[in-house]
Amino acid sequence: MNAITHHSPDSLLAAFAAGVLEHPFALVVASHISMCLDCRATFEAHLAIGGAVLESGATAVLSSDLKGATLSQLDHPVTPRPEYGRKGIFPSPVVEALKGQTPRWKSLGMGARQSILSQGSEGSVRLLYIPPGQAVPDHSHNGMELTLVLQGSFSDSTGRFGVGDLEVADHSLEHSPKADDGAACICLAATDAPLRFAALLPRLLQPLFRI
Amino acid sequence: MGMSMIDLYSVPSAHLLCCRATKDMSKVPPAPPISTQTACMIAVRDNRDRAAFALLFDHFAPRLKGFVMRSGSGAAQAEEIVQDVMLTVWRKADQFDPARAQVSAWIYQIARNRQIDLLRKERRPVPEDLFKGAVFEPDASEVLVVEQEAEYLKAALRQLSPEQRTIVEKAYLGELTHQEISTEMGLPLGTIKSRIRLGLDRLRHVLKDMR
Repeated sequence: MNAITHHSPDSLLAAFAAGVLEHPFALVVASHISMCLDCRATFEAHLAIGGAVLESGATAVLSSDLKGATLSQLDHPVTPRPEYGRKGIFPSPVVEALKGQTPRWKSLGMGARQSILSQGSEGSVRLLYIPPGQAVPDHSHNGMELTLVLQGSFSDSTGRFGVGDLEVADHSLEHSPKADDGAACICLAATDAPLRFAALLPRLLQPLFRI
Repeated sequence: MGMSMIDLYSVPSAHLLCCRATKDMSKVPPAPPISTQTACMIAVRDNRDRAAFALLFDHFAPRLKGFVMRSGSGAAQAEEIVQDVMLTVWRKADQFDPARAQVSAWIYQIARNRQIDLLRKERRPVPEDLFKGAVFEPDASEVLVVEQEAEYLKAALRQLSPEQRTIVEKAYLGELTHQEISTEMGLPLGTIKSRIRLGLDRLRHVLKDMR
């Protein structure tokens, strides 16, 4: 595993541990934790604090039959939910979002491709495939954007991002990420708002591509 | 320490924990205490011990109900969640490693996942299980570090000002947004997190043992 230099901010890990991140962001953060031991340790620290809050919080009186009802179900058979493991470059949360299938890529032109994993009122999350040396169209964001590199690398005004690195961008960042030479760059990217493109043409195409 | 402690050797399944410590009895102080919750969880994991599970239920179910109701569920739904969480504790006990997480932290995560799954009708993304299929090497000293950490955390929570404590509780109950966490929680979080330093070392240690 490459050395990861761009980590998740602490607040994002706390929000993920507390379960308040919108689904698209939760998927990216879960994937980053899958690849980054440092952030996993911090995430587990947040769970420990959550545990302390649970442990020292107020109790509520239980219905008298709850314990018996629970104990009587210990032997009930359950169908386990399907569990997915890592597949190639994709950490297990991405494999689960793909339901174990390979991504269904759609062309964005110029060799770039995307595969939308989910989209809705909470935002969208997709895989992006950018050929080596090629720029992602110049864009800024209405809201937050998280980008996690799964293969290759990209660079923008804020630095170079390799496998496992997480970029957190907000609306103040007008950046022009460009895939580095070498392997094509594959990223997992989540936004809570449609991207705004600086150039006119991509903006016209935006509804078409849903990016 | 406030928490009820039991003699390690008085719990049959907890003998395992001492294998490293007992190699050289001359240097070993009297059996180190572990918390009742941890001993019970190990008994559930290793021996499918129903009596131990009943003790865990008595300890955690009222706390879980209080916790879940504070984060917005009605009493009836809260009991459903409590039952579901406790059954998950029983079924997934093989994933519990006392050298990596406190019982309370482990149950906190299960509870938040469950609440969110119910709320959103979709499965919350979870990080890849790097330790899947691992045979946990019993290591009494690691377990004690984790136990101690739980005590430090609870003490750190108690030492916060009432305002800060409320913020921390709200955050881990899922009542603050990511934005609110990043703007409001910096100070108290720093105070608490300073109590947790060993997470990364611990993860590296476990991973090294697996390879």
